[in-house]
Order: sequence, then structure tokens, then C-alpha cells
Amino acid sequence: MSISKEEVEHVARLARLALTEEEKVLYAEQLGRILGHAARVTSLDTEGVPPTAQAIELANVFRPDEPGKPAPSLTQEEALANAPAVEAGHFRVPRILEAED
Amino acid sequence: MSATPGSARPPWTLTATELIGLLRSGDLSATELTQSLLERIEQVDRDVRAYITVTPERALARAAAVDRARAAGEDPGPLAGVPVAVKDIIATKGVRTTAGSRILDNYIPPYSATVAERLDAAGLPMLGKTNLDEFAMGSSTENSAWFPTRNPWDLGRVPGGSSGGSAAAVAAGEAVWSIGTDTGGSIRQPASLCGVVGLKPTYGLVSRSGLIAFASSLDQAGPFARSVADAALLLQVMAGRDPRDSTSLPNPVPDYSAHLDDGVEGLRVGVVSQLMGEGVQAGVRQRVQEAITLLGKLGAEVGEVSLPTFDAGIDVYYLIAPAEASANLARFDGVRYGLRVDGEDVAKMNSRTRAEGFGAEVKRRIMLGTYALSAGYYDAYYGKAQKARTLIIHDFARAYEDFDVLLSPTSPTTAFAIGEKTQDPLTMYLSDVCTVPTSLAGATAISIPCGVAPEDGLPVGLQLMGRALDEVTVLRAAHALEEELGPMPHPPLWGSPSE
Amino acid sequence: MSDAAPELLTTIGLEIHCELATATKMFCGCAVGFGGEPNTRVCQVCLGHPGTLPVPNERAVAYAIKIALALGCRIAPSSIFHRKNYFYPDMPKNYQISQYDIPLGLAGSLDVTTGAGTRAIGITRVHLEEDTGKSLHMGSGGRIHDADYSLEDFNRAGTPLVEIVTEPDMTSPDEGRTFAQELRSILEYLEVSDVRLEEGSMRFDANISVAPPGERGAKVEVKNLNSLRSLHRALAYEEVRQREVLAGGGTIDQSTRHWDEKSGVTRPLRTKEHAFDYRYFPEPDLVPIKPSPEWLEGITAGIPELPPARRRRFIADYGLTPYDAALLVATRAAGTFFEDAVAGAGNVEPKLVANWLANDLLGRLAERSEDLATTKVTPQNLGALVGLVAAGSISGNQGKVVLDEMIATGRPAAEIVDERGLRQVSGRSELEAVVGEVLAANADVVERIRAGDTKPQGFLVGQIMRATKGQANPAVVQELLRDLLQR
Ligand SMILES: [Mg+2]
Ligand SMILES: [Zn+2]
Repeated sequence: MSISKEEVEHVARLARLALTEEEKVLYAEQLGRILGHAARVTSLDTEGVPPTAQAIELANVFRPDEPGKPAPSLTQEEALANAPAVEAGHFRVPRILEAED
Repeated sequence: MSATPGSARPPWTLTATELIGLLRSGDLSATELTQSLLERIEQVDRDVRAYITVTPERALARAAAVDRARAAGEDPGPLAGVPVAVKDIIATKGVRTTAGSRILDNYIPPYSATVAERLDAAGLPMLGKTNLDEFAMGSSTENSAWFPTRNPWDLGRVPGGSSGGSAAAVAAGEAVWSIGTDTGGSIRQPASLCGVVGLKPTYGLVSRSGLIAFASSLDQAGPFARSVADAALLLQVMAGRDPRDSTSLPNPVPDYSAHLDDGVEGLRVGVVSQLMGEGVQAGVRQRVQEAITLLGKLGAEVGEVSLPTFDAGIDVYYLIAPAEASANLARFDGVRYGLRVDGEDVAKMNSRTRAEGFGAEVKRRIMLGTYALSAGYYDAYYGKAQKARTLIIHDFARAYEDFDVLLSPTSPTTAFAIGEKTQDPLTMYLSDVCTVPTSLAGATAISIPCGVAPEDGLPVGLQLMGRALDEVTVLRAAHALEEELGPMPHPPLWGSPSE
Repeated sequence: MSDAAPELLTTIGLEIHCELATATKMFCGCAVGFGGEPNTRVCQVCLGHPGTLPVPNERAVAYAIKIALALGCRIAPSSIFHRKNYFYPDMPKNYQISQYDIPLGLAGSLDVTTGAGTRAIGITRVHLEEDTGKSLHMGSGGRIHDADYSLEDFNRAGTPLVEIVTEPDMTSPDEGRTFAQELRSILEYLEVSDVRLEEGSMRFDANISVAPPGERGAKVEVKNLNSLRSLHRALAYEEVRQREVLAGGGTIDQSTRHWDEKSGVTRPLRTKEHAFDYRYFPEPDLVPIKPSPEWLEGITAGIPELPPARRRRFIADYGLTPYDAALLVATRAAGTFFEDAVAGAGNVEPKLVANWLANDLLGRLAERSEDLATTKVTPQNLGALVGLVAAGSISGNQGKVVLDEMIATGRPAAEIVDERGLRQVSGRSELEAVVGEVLAANADVVERIRAGDTKPQGFLVGQIMRATKGQANPAVVQELLRDLLQR
């Protein structure tokens, strides 16, 4: 199981990770080995086996449409307290290049 | 530290069960006890490095409130005044919470995890936030962005992980008990390597609200303690339905201490053959075998059980957990909180922030998970792993037709040397082989100390797995075995504290 | 399109996002609202702080099911949420909690009537998701591409959104707009959304392709359509553009375009080819929605008579024209006001009530930027007014004067009529004397008329109206004049 540098670059773009050339080489090799090991899974016979996304069997868990439940809102000050950059009550970010969706 | 009547030893050496008695009788105040632990941290944490953040003022204030309540004749609660350490992946309002990551350097949560609120409401002073592998991704606590935690039994060795700080704190006497989180073994494996008790509750028993997510379908918080009885008491505080967590179970919470002494007469114990094989260190297998023999003497019906899909457990886990993590960690983008590394546009800012903010293991798992979910690979990897997860659950179901609890080593080896496995992620992943199946099944399991391995004198952990929501049985079996095994020796660093 | 080559067919599908009018957000207890100070309706959950978890709003789920049922969809016995993964600074978690392969509602349809007739438009799916925050683009123009930086406000983040996707069943921009109008009024009837397009509570994306019969055209997606007008303009523009490209021997390739309201054109969106790998996977923080039969029955019971049925009934029972019926059914309030007014009017032509409501009342309210919800005029009072006019107690012009007073004060018509002494005199006996006097006083005019010059008759009527302070019933006056002049 080997993974190309191009695949690594594509995945890094999806994950918004700026990788160094060294990291690209390293991850291509390591992901290849880890996924190779996972062949034991991919070779399992799962014909007709339903997938498990959750190990519990709950359904219909809701909250009432009531403000403050289950937790109250924050003040603007609290909301912005951890922000790296703030302007006029907003979170400030660099320019957005292309509208992705 | 004031020697306490009823005990020649300083308070930090006692179990919670012992301390509760002294606090109730008034022979010891919550403030004295908290002081004793803060001084112990002062003494040994420069070597162990279990804590990222120590919160003395906060702890002493809570302790004083408990003392005032008792003095006023109020009942502050059965466990009130026994201090606790909390893994730094659990959000604590107003107290820096980093998840062991540079990307959350100086992050001050605007809210508290439900678990943290319950501990506080029960009157447990929080001593501080303990070290961990970054975002709980690791089995050695070497992946902390801040520093590695050392094993109190041998400072050259790892405490296990990811909850290594919480395990080491309890083993080193820097906490009476502590909170960790377990996604694939992150409570049980460090408990094993540090010679303490660690319990991974059934998925959904303890609220995940405020637990910084690694793999949402697997994460569970649970207790570390120096005895099974203590673990049962702490679990009692943590467990129960929470309206802030859609996956928290509505089932009534039983009394986890009520049946500890019921013994194992007639209890059907299945030893998992796949986990007793050649991959297991000789001394580990030997101690576990001895424990199995003891269980037989105590009247348990011990048999062997084969769970063939366990071999695939690691691989299933290392596809599902990173996939969920890749989405859970997308929110760390330098916009609303945490680290920001600037860039001329948002995408560059995001990418640089994440490149600098995340460590190598976290990046590796984000890459792995993103790949496993990406177009063209979903069915082959993530989809396939979800089906394999079903097969593992079926294996357990079959095993629990014949047995009440399943038994295995917690970790195939004792504590390994710092740096020994950091170069090879795959061998590091394999150290979770015994613990991941229970996580994937969403069931419960406990690790208890069963002596030290003859070849290296390091703690060996024994894992007892139970059905979902059958903590009572698991605790009962663990308690019986603990009594029969006798007191676990203390790590050398413990010294002979009897001033 | 008139100038369109006839051998080409247009195919249109719509994707509508509608904000639900719940009190709180989809997954947290923050209030839903519009405007206000930035980042004041937010909490750790809708800001995507680490460790936070979503808990679904029960009313939002009920509203989405109500919409799906109203559109004739099949409700999934077990529906789940997925994570849709992509980075955008107005999306706090950098994934949107949405639905993927098992949406709440599937396979419905909605009838749409245009000049081309009535056609059933297929509804592919109805699903529930969360809205994003808002980006403010700072710098010259405030447009995204020439901005220096952006500001993020998360007040809207986490607002419950229903996404409705149609089959590509529409064949013209008109049909597209009519579908959107019809859907909008259905949502208004269901009382699940305030459907304020100007506040972005309903937003449209369109797929449009042009191709010869039997061929599949390349799908062009047009985004950012925030009003029925821009929806229609964008579709019309795209239809012409594609026809012209094809006519010129060119080809259309599958693409996404952005509608520029100011310049009235669609522009291609720059998108990296990798940009759209959403890596959907089941949301592990949420459990399935399995609506019980009782729950579904309760929701169904809450669905009122919807516009199509109501229009049919207004035409059949009240004899309204399709035009008036459409006008009065467009909003739930107007239709209900009309029916109450008809009841208040006694046995009067409902058509007459419709005219007074549609032409006179609604027109006057619009001028005062009021509406049926805010006006002081009650349906019963409007009915009563129409009753007075119909009975001839007051003239139409007097009615309009009375209506103005009613709008201003909210007082009943009869009260105003009495107070102003506006009652019309229609009795011959009462009028005969006055008419006699006027004729006597204008003998010369009478002579001319009798000589065959009927022109001055209007003058006599005027004299009579003045003598009766305008209260004489003009019809009766005409009658009397004819009789008396013939003597
Ligand atoms: Mg959508
Ligand atoms: Zn919120």
C-alpha cells in the first residue's frame, strides 16, 4: 500500500495543513504503512453486515425550544474573549479568496 | 504536614475511602488535606511532571468552603473535601485548558464540562489540570506539546497515555484520585503502566459535554484511583444523564459501591485467548495467569474464550478514530480562539495556524482520517471499518452468552522507555491491542494492578471487561481480586513517608 | 423566452434554503433573530468551542416534518444527521451538521400553475441543517473579491434551516418563479417561517440547462438568489446566455455561476477542482430521529388548508375570479380576513367584498405601509361597510370616505355614517318635493329639455344633489327627472 505525494498534497489541502516537503514524504510513507496494516480489515468478509456508527441505541433525543436551555448564551465580551483578532464586535479574519459554497 | 490521628502517614498517602472517614470524624480538615497534596505536588512534580496547570487558590477556596459547611453542621456531600486532578482535555471555566496542544495555548473556556461541574458540586477541590498526549492522541504522553510526563516507578519510562498525567499523579501521591478520558485505552493503559486502578465507563454513562473531542463515538471520561472502592465512589459522582449530551444514556445510575463485597462465587470469567498470546511480555502473562488462578480459588468459573475479530480491532480503531478526529479538529482554525499564524488570506492563515499549532501525531491522524473519508476511499476504509466494528460487537455478544466478564492483560508490556516508540507510530498503536475492542463495543472495562513483572519490577495491569452498563459486576470482580492480591507495592518515589 | 430558438428545451431545478421561525437555534439555546449587535446571540455551542455538543431543537424537527408532509413527502422512519466537511470562516466547526443519504422527507410534489397550464413539480428531498454565520467583507466595494479582510458575526450561525430540493421538472423561468412563490406561501400558511426574503430567511440556488429535446444539457448552478425577482432575472439571463452559446456553435459545460444583482448578469465562480470533497459521514454526536405515528398524526393535524385547495374553494364557493382568488389566498391572513369579512357582510356578493378588500383596503394600507395584521379595521367592520354600500344605504364614494375614517380610527362603518349623516335618501316620496322645487326654480332649463335639448339635465341633477347635500340616491333622482320631465 503506497500513497503518492500528490494524494498527500490533496489530503493536506482538504485538511488545511501547510506541510513541509519533508512532512509530505514522511506522511506518504507512514500513511501507506498504516493503511497497509489495515488490510486485515479491508479483507474481512462484511457481506450483509450493517455498519456501526454508534454503539448505543438511543433515538429522538431533543431539547425544548426554550432560550437558555440547556445552556445560556454568552455576552459579546465573553464570546470574543479568546479571539486572536477582533474589530467592532466581530471576529476579524484575512480576506476570503474563493467562495467555496 | 500534620500527622493525622488514626494514621501514622501523611494524608496524601491515604485512599479516598480512608480520607472520607477522617474528614467526617473531623480528625482532618479539607484544607489540611488539600495543603498536604499541594505540598506533595511541590515536592515531586518537578520530576514526574504530571500537571500542566496547578490551581492552589481555587483548590484551597473550595476546601475552605467544605470545611465551613461542615463547621456549620451542613452536609457538603459524602465525598466533599477529597481533592481531585483533572485531565487537561476537560473544559474548566476560567481555567486554562490546552488539551496538551500548542493550538490551545492560553485558551480559557467560557464554560465548564458537565463532569467538572459535578466534581465541584460534590465538593471535590480541583488541584489542577494534568498532562496528556495532544488531543488524547497517543499511548505515552510523549505527544504533549508541553513536556512528557514520567512514570513514578521509573522516571526514565513513560506513564502510558493518553491520560498519563492523571495516572502518574495518583501513583506519585500528587492526587488522591483523578479524571482521565479513554478513547481506545487512554485510561486503562496508563493505569496499568502506573500501577493504579482505572475504569473506562460504558459509552454514554458519563457526559461528554466539555470533553474536548478526539473520536466522538468512542470518547468516555472515567476515574483513576488507588483502590477499586475509590474508583466506584468517583464514578458515582460522574455518571448520569446530561441534557447537554444527546448521546448520554437515560438509564438510572446504580449504587456502584453496594455490591463490591459480593465476591465472585459462580461468576463466569472468560480469558480472551487472542490477548494472552506471544505478543505479550512474559512477566505480564505470568502475573495475569496467577491472578486467574486466584479467581478460580475464589469460586469463579474461569474458561477460555476466543474473539477472532479482536485481531482486527486495532486497524478498525485506527480508521474510525482518526476519521472522526479529522472533523472534530477542523474547528481549530485561528478564527475564534487559540493560536493564529497570519496569512494573506483565510485559507493560508488556517493552514499555517494548523501546521504550527498541531504536533506530528495529530497531523498524522488528521491526514489519515481525512484520507479515509475522502472521495473514492470512504467505502474501502471508513465504511468497511464501521462494518468490522459491527463484527467485533457480535463477537462480544457471543462471548457474553457464556461469560459475565472477560479478562486479559491491559497492556501487552509494562512501561516502556521514553523515546522507545516515538519513531514508529505503528508499534505505538499496537500497544492498544487489548483495550480498543471494548471501546469499539462501547462497553465498560477496568484495569487493576496485579503486582510487578519479575523481569523489570514494573507494574502489570489486568483488564476486566463487562457488558455495556454492567459496571457493577466489573467492579465487584475487580474488588474481590484486589483483596486477594493484597496491597500493591508503592513506587520507589513514594519513599517511606511516616514522619 | 420569446427570442429563444424553439428547438431547444430549458430544464430547471431549484434548491431552497428556508430559516425556521423557532425561538432558539437548531442545536443550542441561543435566540434566533435578525440584525442586532454582532455576536450577542451566541454561546460556546454555536461558536464551535472545543468540547461542545449539539442537542436538536424538537420544534425545528417538527417544523421540518410539517413542511415535508405538506409537500407530500414520505417521512423516513429513521433519519440521521451527517457532517458536511469544508472550511469556511463563517462556519464555526468547519463542518455543517446536515443530512445526507437519509433525509427527513423524500419524494413529494407540488402543483404549479402558469400560463402554460398546471404541472406537478417533483420534490426530491426535504432535510434539516444549520445555518452559517455572516461574513462582512471590508474594503473597497465591500464585495468578496476586492475585500481587504472580513469580519465574522455568528448570530445567525446555528439557525435551523430546511433545505428543499426539487426535481429538474421546471421548463421556464416563469415556472421557476411561480414554484418559488407557491412554496413561499405554503411555508407562510404552515407558520414555520416568517419567509422574509429581504432578511434572507428564504434563499434560492438554481440548476438550469438548455438542450435539444431528448438530450441532457450540462447543469449550470446559479447561486446567491435572494429574492423572487433575482431568481426570475437570473434564470431568464442564464436561459438566453446558454441558448446564445449553443446557437453560436459553442458548448455549455457543467459549472457554478454567481448572480450579480447590480449588473444583472451571472459570472463563473472560481473554484479549485478539489474544493468539493465534503467527506460526509454520520454525525456521531447525534442519535437518529424516529418519528412515532402519534407524533406524525399530531403534526399532520396542525397543517391548515393550503393555498391550492383554498384557491379552488374561493372560486367555487365565492365565485371569485382566479385572479382575485390568487390575490386573496397569497397570504394566510388575507384569505382568512376575506372569509371573516364575507361573514360580516351578511348576504352580499362575496365578489363585492373581494373587491373592497383587494382593491380598496389593501391598496390604502399599502400606501400607509400597514397590513392586515396591523390595521385597526376588523374583517367584520369591512363586511358591514360593504353591506351598507350593497344595500344602497351609502354610495360607493361615500363608502370610500367611510373606509378612510375606519382605517384611521378603527370605528365601525355604521357609527361613522350616522355621525356624518351620510345616509343616502332613496325614497321617491322624500325626493319628489325637492325635485319639484328644483324644476320650478329652473323653468327655462326645463323648457329647453322638453324641446329636446337633453344637455342641461346634468345641471338639474347637480342642483338636486346640492339641495340634498349629496344624500339623494342618483339613480332615484334620474328616475324622477325622467318621469316629471315627460309630463
Ligand atoms: Mg444546504
Ligand atoms: Zn448558541
